[in-house]
Amino acid sequence: MDLTYGAEYDVFREEVKAFIREHKHRQPQPGDGFRSQALKDWQSALIEHGYHSRTVPRDYGGYGAEPDIIKSRIISEEFAAERVHRGFNGQGVTMLTPVLLEMGTEEQKQTFVAPTIKADIIWCQGYSEPGAGSDLASLTTKAELDGEEWVINGQKIWTSTAHHADWMFCLVRTEPDAPKHLGISFLLFRMDTPGIEIRPLVDMTGDANFNEVFFTDVRVPKHQIVGERGQGWQVANAVLGHERSSLATPDAATIRLNGVKRLMREERISGQPIIDNAIFRDRLMKLEGRVLAMQYNDMRLLSAKINRNQDVRLAKMIVKLIGTELRHEIECLGIDVMGEIGLSYGDNPHVKGLGSWQYQYMFYLGLIIGGGTSQIQKNIISERGLGMPKEPKMSVAEKAVKGA
Amino acid sequence: MEFGLSQDQLLLDNSVRKFLSAEVPLDAIRSLAAGEGSDASVWRGLADMGLAGVLIPEAHGGAEMGMLDAVVIAEALGYAACPGPFLSTAVMASYLLKEAGATDSLARMATGEYRVGIAFSDVIGAHKGQVTESDSKLSGQSLFAFDAEADAYLVALADGQVLMIEASEVTRTPLTTIDKTRSVCELTFDASPACLVTDDMALLKQTIVRGRAVQAADTLGAAQYMLDQAVAYSLERKQFNRVVGSFQAVKHMCAEMASQLEPSRAFVWYAGHAFDEVTADAAATACHAKAHLAEVGQFVAKTSTEVHGGMGFTDLLGLHYWFKRIGFNRQLLGSPEAVRHEAAVLQGLCE
Repeated sequence: MDLTYGAEYDVFREEVKAFIREHKHRQPQPGDGFRSQALKDWQSALIEHGYHSRTVPRDYGGYGAEPDIIKSRIISEEFAAERVHRGFNGQGVTMLTPVLLEMGTEEQKQTFVAPTIKADIIWCQGYSEPGAGSDLASLTTKAELDGEEWVINGQKIWTSTAHHADWMFCLVRTEPDAPKHLGISFLLFRMDTPGIEIRPLVDMTGDANFNEVFFTDVRVPKHQIVGERGQGWQVANAVLGHERSSLATPDAATIRLNGVKRLMREERISGQPIIDNAIFRDRLMKLEGRVLAMQYNDMRLLSAKINRNQDVRLAKMIVKLIGTELRHEIECLGIDVMGEIGLSYGDNPHVKGLGSWQYQYMFYLGLIIGGGTSQIQKNIISERGLGMPKEPKMSVAEKAVKGA
Repeated sequence: MEFGLSQDQLLLDNSVRKFLSAEVPLDAIRSLAAGEGSDASVWRGLADMGLAGVLIPEAHGGAEMGMLDAVVIAEALGYAACPGPFLSTAVMASYLLKEAGATDSLARMATGEYRVGIAFSDVIGAHKGQVTESDSKLSGQSLFAFDAEADAYLVALADGQVLMIEASEVTRTPLTTIDKTRSVCELTFDASPACLVTDDMALLKQTIVRGRAVQAADTLGAAQYMLDQAVAYSLERKQFNRVVGSFQAVKHMCAEMASQLEPSRAFVWYAGHAFDEVTADAAATACHAKAHLAEVGQFVAKTSTEVHGGMGFTDLLGLHYWFKRIGFNRQLLGSPEAVRHEAAVLQGLCE
């Protein structure tokens, strides 16, 4: 056990601190959207100094550093400590860019990577469908080749940022006769292509965080495919693995827990500081214990990226399940300690502490469901982590009886 | 940067587990629970491997290892539901005597021939303020002293004094608890001559939190055993022409156990390591780890028993020894609520 990063990293940490000192005043302010010049300038400054798109090769607009987990960690620590903006990290940056770098053609890399990481192209992800949620591979949006173009028909749902996006990366069925996992392809197309209709999907928070997207004879050039025809599932899976763990980072949970702690110390209910209430304090401490467990689990995962001989498969598989449920409960405590005040929402002037407790409480319920539900996570953990058998497939006779 | 066990620690873990699977079979636990035999030979075997002296300096015949090593050992002991005075003699008493400079007994403790028990109920637990001292003579009672076969006891008083007393000077009444893999007793003093070891309250508290970190590890091991048994049983037992482990309801119970246990492993390792590196948060971390493992352990103990169905409820499988061990760990040295309160006090959230 050695939790130090080593003296050679002290110099690097000083560099990061110096950058933050010199440039912090230039970071985007609340209200600067991801189309704002302020954000684009900040994004360029981050890339130039290696604090964004650090390992993306220079040929494609990145900083071109060798992967170094500890340096990435130090950047995260210093930016978090000073609450400095990390730049734009939409789905194009976090999910599509790694895929293109690994599986894209040279032309695709040249065309898309640099504008994507500079936030000049905003992407949305077209995966889920009304009939294909947990069973994503059963998706039915189809693309048929007509001369030099794919013709897409069907519908996607849960498409965040579709209404802002310039492009979509999308899973479509191109080989209707192949087994379901082998009939999918990964296409890229512009969102202003004729035949695309976007409808906002208002969720329980009152916001439209997601959209429905409808395709009617949408024509896309044949070459805008990543990987071969029928390989789309492998491409998507590489990306989903990344999405799951990033939905529930322990660092964010720690920040929210500290927010509850501050709320409980500073606010009084009926004249009594909330922190003096032993029942609420015990709930706080219970959650703190669970957050600590996830923090040390995260350190173990970080360590395994450096020391390749460490087996952390199970430790990694549980992060999305435990992290999202934990976060939901932290937000719940932020509400409960305030009683009726905890009902405050939106522009209510009585909102306290960091605010947004109710919003996050609902939003995290969405994340418990999204990105692979808790129940799907438990299937994965029991089957891949504990070696338990898959659900037996229904026999033909059973399907007939059940009308499937 | 490396968060994990070293090669030496992996070897230690491996050899302890190998020894325990050979020397502490279920039959041995059953005999002990029935009041037959003793844990003496197992403790001697563990001492021969250097475990009794894990925290004792080499100069006194110990292995002079760290708290992370003690945590690794405790996890293996919990997995095997192993009896013996590891928590009392090898961890708490060894640490306190060494730090207090009372080194006379350490060499005999390291060889396993001399056991020093812990009688701290005056400071923690439900029996505070029941022991008085006058002219180095003790009067009153101490409850839940562990273990009942010790050669001497460290008795803590409410003001932070710790005195050592020979077992021959006290009246011992064994106390039956749910957990037959551990022995506890009531000590009655009647102007019994004892010897002052320390009056340093901080040292006493440091000793207690170290015990808590080790108990968290013991629970982790016991709970891991119960999860492993649940998965194995679910893959053997058939109902409706299927192994029950193929039913999603059962798979999800096992996934939930694994999901809570896996981060607990990192937590317990860190709790041990924090003492070795003298980090400021070590005491609070140990309190949190004990409380967290108490909750996770309780969940796993219940869920694993349920996965075993009716068999889990019987004596035949012996699974209940682990269920009870986890229940024992939950209360000894502080209930989860009590230690969470301490974690809050340690960070200044309350008094």
